[in-house]
Amino acid sequence: MKKEILSGNEAIARGAYEAGVKVASAYPGTPSTEILETIVQYPDINASWAPNEKVALEVAIGASFGGGRSLAAMKHVGVNVAADPLFTLSYTGVNGGLVLVTADDPEMHSSQNEQDNRHYARFAKVPMLEPSDSQECKEFTRLAFEISEQFDTPVMVRTTTRISHGKSVVALAEPVTGLPAPKLVKNAAKLVMLPGNAKVRHPFVEERSKKLSRYGDTHSINRMELRNSDIGIITSGSSYQYVREVLPEASLLKLGMVWPLAEGLIRQFAAKVTRLFVVEELDPFIEDQVKAMGISVIGKEILPVCGELSPGRVRLAFASIGIATADTGVPRQVDKLPGRPPNMCPGCPHRGVFYSLKQLNAYVTGDIGCYTLGFMPPLNAMDTCVCMGSSISTASGIVRALPEAERQRVVAVIGDSTFLHTGVNSLMEMAYNKSPATVIILDNRITAMTGRQDNPASGWTLMEDPTNAVDLVQLCRAVGIRNVRVVDPLDLEQTRQALKEEMARPEPSVIITNRPCVLLKREGVFVKGEVLAVDVEFCTGCRACLKLGCPAIEWRPGDGRKGNAYIDPLLCTGCDVCRQLCTFEAIKKREG
Amino acid sequence: MSDTITNILLVGVGGQGILLASEILAETCKLAGFDVKKSEIHGMSQRGGSVVSHVRYGREVFSPTVPEGEGDILFGFELMETYRSLPLLKKGGKVVANNLKISPPSVLTGQEVYPDDLAERIRQSFPDFLLVDGQELASEAGNPKAANTVLLGAVSRQMEIAEEFWLEALAKMVPAKALDVNRRAFMLGRKL
Ligand code: SF4
Ligand code: SF4
Repeated sequence: MKKEILSGNEAIARGAYEAGVKVASAYPGTPSTEILETIVQYPDINASWAPNEKVALEVAIGASFGGGRSLAAMKHVGVNVAADPLFTLSYTGVNGGLVLVTADDPEMHSSQNEQDNRHYARFAKVPMLEPSDSQECKEFTRLAFEISEQFDTPVMVRTTTRISHGKSVVALAEPVTGLPAPKLVKNAAKLVMLPGNAKVRHPFVEERSKKLSRYGDTHSINRMELRNSDIGIITSGSSYQYVREVLPEASLLKLGMVWPLAEGLIRQFAAKVTRLFVVEELDPFIEDQVKAMGISVIGKEILPVCGELSPGRVRLAFASIGIATADTGVPRQVDKLPGRPPNMCPGCPHRGVFYSLKQLNAYVTGDIGCYTLGFMPPLNAMDTCVCMGSSISTASGIVRALPEAERQRVVAVIGDSTFLHTGVNSLMEMAYNKSPATVIILDNRITAMTGRQDNPASGWTLMEDPTNAVDLVQLCRAVGIRNVRVVDPLDLEQTRQALKEEMARPEPSVIITNRPCVLLKREGVFVKGEVLAVDVEFCTGCRACLKLGCPAIEWRPGDGRKGNAYIDPLLCTGCDVCRQLCTFEAIKKREG
Repeated sequence: MSDTITNILLVGVGGQGILLASEILAETCKLAGFDVKKSEIHGMSQRGGSVVSHVRYGREVFSPTVPEGEGDILFGFELMETYRSLPLLKKGGKVVANNLKISPPSVLTGQEVYPDDLAERIRQSFPDFLLVDGQELASEAGNPKAANTVLLGAVSRQMEIAEEFWLEALAKMVPAKALDVNRRAFMLGRKL
């Protein structure tokens, strides 16, 4: 059998391919993005980016109703957006199997919160599988489609960052054959969810959960590993690996299905061991249920609720009650070093906009994307950031609470992809209710933060087909914004002037910037400028250019004499913004 | 095959090519018949932030991340990040690092300084620390951009895996037109 090293995301894509998936849809979001980027490489799967997660799930629902197997993938907070269809999908069930992948981010490596999406499975009453490595990512995805069709339910597969981006060896298999061909079948009692029909479906859902719990009692997705009977640990996902690492002698109940819980199996296991523990990341999800069964168990008394687990953290927890020794895993200290936070790229078109906003003393409601980094020093030009699309509606609300004199300062900043995700709804609200705030759409032609995915305004699909592109100017006009203008963000004077005028205007207005992300590889979109250099003869050491925070500009302290700025020619993209800040004409085109 | 797991940490700055190096490493271990796991973080941290990639191999590997303080080999792409990651290593672990300094934002703007004695400080705790002039040797091999491969060659010396598997992994993971340079760069590092 062929073996490959795959990430969890790649393995889920492989599992979908082996399961004969017809349609896959997603909105990019770390750590889930690579699932669709991998699926698109398999022939016969229609893979696409949706404007947001709700739409992605609904596309998958449509494909399932049509009789094809379908998959939707998203990060944990994406499920919040997709929750509306999810809860009713639980009632309708499926025709072709449907799998919703939620990639959670404990420790918030790339997220604004660390919500535990296992609660969604319980809340929406749908089964949830949780793989522990890439092999299981593939197997569980395949199995999820079978469960989906057998029990007439959507199935959630939950990963966490360490599973999504962890790589391990996977044995590949051949795709299934003989799936029924998709076709239209009328079945309003199942698919039209009005009160009369839904009332019939709800008891079905309750019954389904009971059946699934019994399925979990005997199916090999949940398994007991009996070793020493003194200590028994119920665990799942990446926590399983940490427990194997730290307590190789303990008996384990490894749950591959974390909802509904296999109550019978849990009772059996509890009876076999002297002391029972639950090791799980984030919330006491399994623990609470086990306690509700009347079984006494130790979990969050010794393990943290916040942050991800690691072998060291599991070791520490068990050492605190004398079960493991903590002699390893105690980090030695090193001296304090300058930190290394992420930064926008050299020549990023967002930089000059934030510089101008700071100059104008704007109060900036921000959004999710590379540009969230505008809050970092030296720019410090972002004041709020809650969730995708919230910048515009937050600004709209702020100006309604503020006295007139303060209103002008409020500016919402949002990227093209985030605007189309949910920002456009907020803009409708702003136009409709005439909120006098200013909106900047940073249109860099791509979804940059997650690694440059196309979106409905970029003109390309995930399958690399040229397609219709949303005209952002027309869209803003169409929702009722009368003042829409396009500016070149690399022209500081133009940008500042536009901002000043629109901020002063007692009406809603939109400014759209028109320069692409510098990492955009598509031919002819981003064009590098001429690399600049600092002429030390002219540089007075005033440090004006350093206020941009461009990683290509470095302060060189002079020993004895004045210091000066220096531009790294390998990093500079020639955006020209720093030159406009230098009043001594010390920044020039690099010679030779 | 013994039960011991070898733990390797690759550290540096987002955008330095750490992911590709760790892929080649993992592929080599797989080709040599080991179980292998690898873990790192994508996303926000890749915009020039600190990056740590974990590679573990042996007969059967559980956790994809190296338990704190149990690293066998620290493979540093940048000096400050190498120093910062020393607590991940076990006592007596091996350190191989590129002699390269990349200034973080606070140093660029002149608020903090980049310490100039990091190599000595590393050597104090790890006396056989190998500091490699990656760019220079890579230029010798034909392209300064192949510095990571030089380092990989130097790291390969610390692992008991036959040369053929390394070369096979290189051939599989490196684009064909860059393969010759990378082979030369790898061998230069391996001879250090
Ligand atoms: S990836 Fe693009 S949008 Fe993001 S910081 Fe870099 S240049 Fe700016
Ligand atoms: S022109 Fe100036 S601001 Fe733009 S990338 Fe080069 S150094 Fe940075």
